Amino acid sequence: MTFINYASREINCKIVYYGPGLCGKTTNIQWIFEQANPDKRGKLVSLATETDRTLFFDFLPLDMGTVKGFKVRFHLYTVPGQVFYDASRKLILRGCDGIIFVADSQKTRMEANIESIANLATNLKENGFDIRTIPYVLQLNKRDTPSAASVPEMERLLRFRNEPIVEAVANKGTGVIETLKAAARQVLMELQRA
Amino acid sequence: MAKLDLMLYEEEYKLLQEIIGRLSKDASAKVVFLVDKNGQQIAAAGDVKSIDATSLASLTAGNVAATDGLAKLIGEKEFSLLFHEGEKDNLHISIVGKRGILVVIFDQNSSLALVRLRVKKASKDLQEIFDQVEQRAQKESDSGSRFESPFSEITDEDIDRLFGD
Repeated sequence: MTFINYASREINCKIVYYGPGLCGKTTNIQWIFEQANPDKRGKLVSLATETDRTLFFDFLPLDMGTVKGFKVRFHLYTVPGQVFYDASRKLILRGCDGIIFVADSQKTRMEANIESIANLATNLKENGFDIRTIPYVLQLNKRDTPSAASVPEMERLLRFRNEPIVEAVANKGTGVIETLKAAARQVLMELQRA
Repeated sequence: MAKLDLMLYEEEYKLLQEIIGRLSKDASAKVVFLVDKNGQQIAAAGDVKSIDATSLASLTAGNVAATDGLAKLIGEKEFSLLFHEGEKDNLHISIVGKRGILVVIFDQNSSLALVRLRVKKASKDLQEIFDQVEQRAQKESDSGSRFESPFSEITDEDIDRLFGD
């Protein structure tokens, strides 16, 4: 749910990174945090366990600049990927404007990817959204691993609505901004239709 | 989008700001924040600069959402009030209507009883404004005469520019 404040001429959009455990959701937003101009980014809040696994969410506010005289701010969230944190995942999707699905390219994680998309569909539905219409980007992460499945193979298994696909190596920053941009484009275009 | 967006016009924003400004004074609070349940700050009053408001809004919403989940687990509709007591500062969090969260930070210059009392009154006033905002949005949506979105003519170039291309 976008929040438009006409008084301060600000618009806030919430984008959620979703995907199976250890697929690189936190790595994506950490990289954005490190690269972003310190004036434009807020604090990166990570609610993680002692072993750095996301417990509840990571949160990064980003000032993007202005469009049509309005300050555009993105709030980036990640969900905890581990299966048993499902209740938390559902909460974080509340009021989201767009989803970035981070898929793990390793062949052994393909089932986890598929399960996570199904889980996303269920949780979106419970929050009143439809996975077929919400702004959505598919990121194929960890393209540099030797055991990576081919892109056409992943496309066949994971792509379901002609969504933009971005190949990425998030820990090196490859494809990270491109992914965010593809999501931002859809979210802002959605406002146009609103 | 599943629900109506929250759109605040200048006059509505001013009213909200007035109410929480008054609350901040009447409750002898350090800071008062009004945030929405999705984690976005709506308005603030008091010594706002002393706190990272964006993180506070997001964490408060996360906290409320988690507590909401707990409430449902034990068969409650919601817990409308959360209170965190610190050594010096305390945090009073309460739900306003369907989408608002009121956060009051106070120290020994105030008391839980006073804060509760003042929050009760302010919540009622805030609720009225939220209802007005919702009714207006509903009306605009029904009649199709919705205020023209400033983004109705957004272009690819606008988006490229945001990313510095």
